Amino acid sequence: MNNFLLANNIVKQFSNHLALNNVSINVPEGSIFGLLGPNGAGKTTLIRIITQITAPDQGEILFRGKKMTMEDVYHIGYLPEERGLYKKMKVGEQALYLVQLKGMSRADGLKKLKYWFEKFEIQSWWDKKVEELSKGMAQKVQFIVTVLHDPKLLIFDEPFTGFDPINTNLVKNEILRLRDNGATIVFSTHIMSSVEELCDHIALIDKGKNILNGNIDEVRARFKPDTYELKFRGNAQDIKDTLDGGIEFIEEPTRGGVGHLILKQQRKIPVRDMITAINSTVDIISFEEVIPGMNDIFIRAVEGNEKKA
Amino acid sequence: MNKISLIIQREYTTRVKKKSFIIMTILTPVLMAGLLFGSGYLATKEDNQTKVIAVIDKTNITEGAISQTEYIKFKYLTETEVETVKKDFEKSGYYAILYIPENVLISSKVQLYSNQQTTVGVNEHIVKALDVFFTNIKLKNENVPLDIMKRIATNINVNTIQWTKTGEEKSGSAEIVLMIGYVSGFLMYMFIFMFGAQVMRGVMEEKTNRIVEVIISSVKPFQMMMGKVVGIALVGLTQFVIWIALTFGIFYGAKFFLLEKSADKANTTVAANIMDKANAGMPQMDAGQYQEMFDQIAGKFSAVNFPKILCCFLFYFLGGYLLYASLFASVGSAVDNDTDTQQFMLPITIPILVGLFVMMNAMQSPNSSIAVIFSLIPLTSPIVMMARIPYDVPNWQLALSAFLLIITFIGAIWMAGKIYRTGILMYGKKVSYAELWKWLKYKN
Repeated sequence: MNNFLLANNIVKQFSNHLALNNVSINVPEGSIFGLLGPNGAGKTTLIRIITQITAPDQGEILFRGKKMTMEDVYHIGYLPEERGLYKKMKVGEQALYLVQLKGMSRADGLKKLKYWFEKFEIQSWWDKKVEELSKGMAQKVQFIVTVLHDPKLLIFDEPFTGFDPINTNLVKNEILRLRDNGATIVFSTHIMSSVEELCDHIALIDKGKNILNGNIDEVRARFKPDTYELKFRGNAQDIKDTLDGGIEFIEEPTRGGVGHLILKQQRKIPVRDMITAINSTVDIISFEEVIPGMNDIFIRAVEGNEKKA
Repeated sequence: MNKISLIIQREYTTRVKKKSFIIMTILTPVLMAGLLFGSGYLATKEDNQTKVIAVIDKTNITEGAISQTEYIKFKYLTETEVETVKKDFEKSGYYAILYIPENVLISSKVQLYSNQQTTVGVNEHIVKALDVFFTNIKLKNENVPLDIMKRIATNINVNTIQWTKTGEEKSGSAEIVLMIGYVSGFLMYMFIFMFGAQVMRGVMEEKTNRIVEVIISSVKPFQMMMGKVVGIALVGLTQFVIWIALTFGIFYGAKFFLLEKSADKANTTVAANIMDKANAGMPQMDAGQYQEMFDQIAGKFSAVNFPKILCCFLFYFLGGYLLYASLFASVGSAVDNDTDTQQFMLPITIPILVGLFVMMNAMQSPNSSIAVIFSLIPLTSPIVMMARIPYDVPNWQLALSAFLLIITFIGAIWMAGKIYRTGILMYGKKVSYAELWKWLKYKN
């Protein structure tokens, strides 16, 4: 892993609680990094520290190998969770203002905005006032403004809230496209299915601590419960008899003559041996390892952390 | 730096483009001028109508005592009562009925009946004439010779003449100085309050609509705050400059317009000459009563040092505004909604109001110790000093007051910056003074 964005041992103390307790994350270049955690875990605080809005009490942020400064902020596109626009301003005028604040020239901003407005098919909104837009519509505008100046690092805090499924998909595809074009993306979300779909790496933060970290496949593998799902034709009892001991069986309803069995290993048995044994008694239709969804991992990790605490 | 100017630009243009701003900026001086000229015009217009007043005199001695004027005529009716005249009042064409009862010498009361509100001019004319007439009768009854009365009649006029260091004498006008002091002090109060509150509302809008969240990653909080404060200050200055320009414009425009009209009437001289005079603003020849009126006004104002007052107004407006706007900004950043502002607004409002009250006092006695002290204290000095300036404040007081104001607004901006930085990203928390104090001490 290269060190595109590194947060090293970040500590942030607010007057009455410790928001971040020694949190480190490592975001590789060109990846989509999921920042997960329950409400109030400290995700937004961490993001604010990365974007230089607040300073950490301890620790440092390294951006492309150097300590991040205000100048680097230009290379960040940040879409905050709580995002608003001036209600009385016109959409186009406001978008132009925001991208100019990011450092783009007026002409450049105008050209690119026109392009994106066309792409999202919202040209007709240009002269509307923001208060006339729905929440989802305003989000679209904000998304455009965030990515417009081609930042190297994009940080989205809950990017999908407020979008209908069609627009969620649109934004998802845009995020993937931005990654393919070389941007590195950090996003926080509660929607675990989108994490599975998009993320390459994740960090799970709970109560100001980083409790889970790494490549998403590795994380999922780490949490795999040594459970296998078997579909077959034949007698379930025969399988149970063959694989004696060390396995818990859960029988699922048979459908169209296809038996369905969940096998939970109590002790390590080589998969090859299991298959050989089963193969000798029934016709195997499918046999696969159960990989836990991010939802399960999230819940298990957070609950495990609560118990420790 | 570029970003601050962007913010200033946005704050300025969105406000200046608002309909309410345009209307208020243009309408206020027009309304003021309209009120002044309109009432004057109406008064002269009404006087042009001939008014015949029926007099029912029960004493039978006043006939001829009330002089007729060009427009006010009196017709004495005998052997009739008020009620009878009243009945045919509409047809008779009388303007009013003056009833002088028999016991007028004892009661000193006469009645003026009319179906409309009689003008002050008519009332005054009658009162003056009857005053003199009945006083004379009473004096006669007391055996005082009339010529003694004429000799002892006195009418004191105060001509205030102010001399300057160069020995030049200017005839000043106490009323004008009073008026200018009052107007500029009050305007200062209004401006500070109005634009300070605009800063607060702007900050709250950004906070409650979560606009800060979007902007804060591109701009430092301090830049955001100062951009807003400066942008709104420019709005205030724009309004002020337009008001001043329009007021003078209307004044001279009206002068020119009316002078031309009266000059035409008098058939005196060519237009070029009038233009000359209008531009110079100096009387050279008689071109009617308007000329006289304008010259009187202009003459009274000539004793007032306008450039100095304008400069001071600009300085105290900027200083006072920066001081209060930063306080208002920190309040706006600390609260979540309007109702929470109350507790923090109070300590800001009180000094402004104290300033207003002391200013009213200072107009009467501009060099009283209370006026001097409050014109030095930065929280009240912009308002109080403005009321004192037309009376020529000693230079050391001006300098000290300005110095203290500058120091204080720099301090206020620094403090507001600290509170603002923490406040704008803090939600759902009812903030106390202790909390604010803590924010002030945060390092970053």
